[in-house]
Amino acid sequence: MSAEATHDHGHDHGAGGGHHEHIHPPSHYVKIWGVLCVLLVVSVTGPMLGIKIITLITAFGIAFVKAGIVIKYFMHLDTEKPIIWYALITSVVFMVLFFAAVSPDVMKHEGTRWENVAAKAEVARGLAAGAEHGGGEHEPAPAAEVH
Amino acid sequence: MAAFRPIANTRSATGIPTAKLAVWWLLVSEIVIFGGVLASYLMHRLGHPEWANYAVHTQTAIGATNTLVLLSSSLTAVLAHQAAQTGDGKKAAKFLLATIAGACLFLCFKAYEWHGEIEEGFVPWTNGFWAFYYTAAGIHASHVIVGAIIMAFVAKDAYAGRDLHRVENVGLYWHFVDLVWIFLFPLLYIAK
Repeated sequence: MSAEATHDHGHDHGAGGGHHEHIHPPSHYVKIWGVLCVLLVVSVTGPMLGIKIITLITAFGIAFVKAGIVIKYFMHLDTEKPIIWYALITSVVFMVLFFAAVSPDVMKHEGTRWENVAAKAEVARGLAAGAEHGGGEHEPAPAAEVH
Repeated sequence: MAAFRPIANTRSATGIPTAKLAVWWLLVSEIVIFGGVLASYLMHRLGHPEWANYAVHTQTAIGATNTLVLLSSSLTAVLAHQAAQTGDGKKAAKFLLATIAGACLFLCFKAYEWHGEIEEGFVPWTNGFWAFYYTAAGIHASHVIVGAIIMAFVAKDAYAGRDLHRVENVGLYWHFVDLVWIFLFPLLYIAK
């Protein structure tokens, strides 16, 4: 059964994934892991310089690079059928659309005819408290109010 | 071995085995779950400059260590897949056990980290930042737990040489868990 099961699902010659799977040696994956570890070190040490642009590139830029490497080399998405890409991309696009639509309400605290009093009060309270308690005070936030 | 086998293991309407397609569908829904949490966090973070004061209290060293743990567990997961490709179920099971060990190590670090933060008074209802911190990391940790449990079942079958295709399927899920952490790490630990 075991050999039959393996052949049924094509892990030896690629029919299982609907694509032509190439079996890499373990050393291939260990090298990829090594690259990921180096990128991790860069993403931790880069922001230590305290330069905003370097922080953005090393922390967030490298996160995208690391994600791309995991997707390509560990998940083998590059050899998947297009239907998988369509499903994943559709999901990402809709997620971004939904959140882009509400982002002005969340990221801005006032507009032409409205003001988010609760959010502004929270920002003022947090900045006044500073880093001393890490926001550890337990005052209840004022009720959401929009004028 | 019974003659009956689940449709998910035997049918392929798209050219992709149904079980594997189901895992990809799961990941599609997970993108919305984690993407939603991360997008919400990002929007609030940009709208609340005071959150930078709260973020200084997250422990970068533990976050980085856990990133290394998850990257390493992704390596063992893909090595399990590689072993399954060659038909070596026993080797695949051993690599899956190593991945489970990585999951346990991750959770131990997470428990230690949260214990310290809760003792300092940073709890989910402290403010919006800590609410997001515990929600995002908590949902992620629950996925780590679920992944480890599923891998234990897959490893048991793989050791007996059964259903080796599941090794790749659970690996896909695990790499996604790793991917989520790759983005959580800079958002929660690096952006101070």
